[in-house]
Amino acid sequence: MAIEISPQSVDVAPPSSFLEVRDLRVHFPTDDGIVKSVDGVSFALQKGQTLGIVGESGSGKSVTSAALLGLHKGSRARVSGEVWLDGDELVSMSEQDMRSLRGNKVSMIFQDPLSALHPFFTIGAQIAEAYRVHHKVSKAEARDRAVEMLKRVGIPQPERRVKDYPHQFSGGMRQRAMIAMSLVCNPELLIADEPTTALDVTVQAQILDLIRDLQEEFGSAVIIITHDLGVVAEIADDILVMYGGRRIEYGSVRDVLKTPEHPYAWGLLQSMPHLGGDVTERLNPIQGSPPSLINLPTGCAFHPRCAFKDQVPDDRCSTERPELLPVPGTDKHIAACHLTAENKIEIRSAADRLAK
Amino acid sequence: MLRYLIRRLLAAAVILLVISMITFFIFFALPSNPALLACGKTCSPSRLLEIKHSLGLDQSITTQYWEFFKGLFVGRDYGDASLIVHCHAPCLGISFQTDTPVLDTLLQDFPVDLSLALGAAVVFLILGVGLGVLAAVRKGRAADKIAVGAALVGVSLQIYFVGLLLMYVFVDKFSILPTPNYTPITQDPVAWFQGLILPWATLVILFLALYTRLSRSSMLEVLGEDYIRTARAKGLPARTVIIKHGLRAAITPIVTIFGMDLGSLIGGSAVITESVFGINGIGKLAVDSVTNSDLPVILGTTLFAATFIVLANVVVDMVYGIIDPRVRLA
Repeated sequence: MAIEISPQSVDVAPPSSFLEVRDLRVHFPTDDGIVKSVDGVSFALQKGQTLGIVGESGSGKSVTSAALLGLHKGSRARVSGEVWLDGDELVSMSEQDMRSLRGNKVSMIFQDPLSALHPFFTIGAQIAEAYRVHHKVSKAEARDRAVEMLKRVGIPQPERRVKDYPHQFSGGMRQRAMIAMSLVCNPELLIADEPTTALDVTVQAQILDLIRDLQEEFGSAVIIITHDLGVVAEIADDILVMYGGRRIEYGSVRDVLKTPEHPYAWGLLQSMPHLGGDVTERLNPIQGSPPSLINLPTGCAFHPRCAFKDQVPDDRCSTERPELLPVPGTDKHIAACHLTAENKIEIRSAADRLAK
Repeated sequence: MLRYLIRRLLAAAVILLVISMITFFIFFALPSNPALLACGKTCSPSRLLEIKHSLGLDQSITTQYWEFFKGLFVGRDYGDASLIVHCHAPCLGISFQTDTPVLDTLLQDFPVDLSLALGAAVVFLILGVGLGVLAAVRKGRAADKIAVGAALVGVSLQIYFVGLLLMYVFVDKFSILPTPNYTPITQDPVAWFQGLILPWATLVILFLALYTRLSRSSMLEVLGEDYIRTARAKGLPARTVIIKHGLRAAITPIVTIFGMDLGSLIGGSAVITESVFGINGIGKLAVDSVTNSDLPVILGTTLFAATFIVLANVVVDMVYGIIDPRVRLA
């Protein structure tokens, strides 16, 4: 007999949170080298709480969320680290076990519902299918459930619309249908990948309200992935800022948005228009473009685009990778930047003066 | 739906009309004299004129076409007072060579092509799509490479090579199968089946590559779609994701090509296969009619093949409506 090896190694502490991600890495081997889409991401989330993951395109937001659903299993991606969900570790879980969690305990709202819904099946059939995979019910019962879900997400005449195809729905209605589908099994963790990107502003607000209402109703944990800080400010409790597949800042929404510690987070905030701001003033975008995930810049991955790297002595920004250090006086706010606290206060106050 | 179908069928009739005209006029542009051929070696000028008259070749081209066109709907009488042959509507004319109504010959040969086409088509569709899906799902791995490689070898070989090779191995060398021939299925189903195995196999080898590659690429495209990721995210088993969500969407372009192939195969495009195995179908009839300048048969076989291709297209469009709900309303 082979010696039974416990899947849990000794130094792994049992997670205290509902969801705990530890040092998650998702690497894709390609002909040009290894694409490190996610490189050492950690965060925790309690039930009933919302985490906003922010970053520009290619920062690893969507790949992270796909890893939480185990969607990289069976692909060429190499996933390492730990994802603890309610006592289960998902990275090492078999595809079979993971499948019974998908759409059930963990579900996902995808961006662009027109392409995320199957064009050849009715909305009702797609929602009912998601329900029937995880529940032993008749087709008629599943269909009733689909109608009920459509009603809940605010689709008028759900009995009639359940027989419609995705192309017969408007953009906002499709996103509602998508949400109905992801909530059909009352998931405990809901991941929304840019749920409002393809929608106009009034519909955006409705969808966010809907997600919030449903979260209150079911007490689910929600991860919302976006590049829109406005969305995060409105809906999230915590915020994780990603850059080049790494965490660069993490903390409560209050802390991060009020006193951002990383120049990239400043940049994100400054590139957003303010309602009360001067309309003639130009927005201040972050210079440069996202880094290559095959060859990340040395040191701080953001340094080639950082306006403040000269304030750090000895060229440390390009040689030494900054550690994620706790921000004094906060609960869990951490950031990875070589700038000293004095530097940051100075720069922030200068920026504030400029804004006024 | 019904109105759409009627509109499509009317359009199909116009296409067939144009095809018949083009075939007709091209024939008269050819430097051949069917009357001379029909007259034989010992031909006198008076006899030639007589034949020309009896074949209707002494009239103007437009009159001849009009007679042909009329014959399609009301039938036609041939010959002179002494001997009148009536050709029932729809009359495609009477062969210059055999003096039998073209339609009778076509109907007689039709079961051959139908058997040949349907038997082979069912196999190459199922096998091709199956291999294609397998290759797509196992992209880059051994199964993919073998499926694609085998398909490529199949399409690179020519019918007269594959056909003769199969004949040599299965008939001459090991005598596993009888010499390919056509026995009507109503007469002896076993003989029908045995006699057609090799022609079917040849056609399958020829078409398999196309269908494997087509369904592989179509499937790969679909598997990269967002709704496949959604299907997986719902927790559906891999089989359901691939077959129900994937293949359902990937089948659309395959249906198009399959409709065309089946239509032309039934219409006699398997002529090389027919002649390699010595089976007399419509393909052979068409080729012989051209060599013999047998206008009615040329017209008949062309229209017959065209009808099946045009009909196949109408059917494909109808099937589209069933597969893709977005087409249904348009």
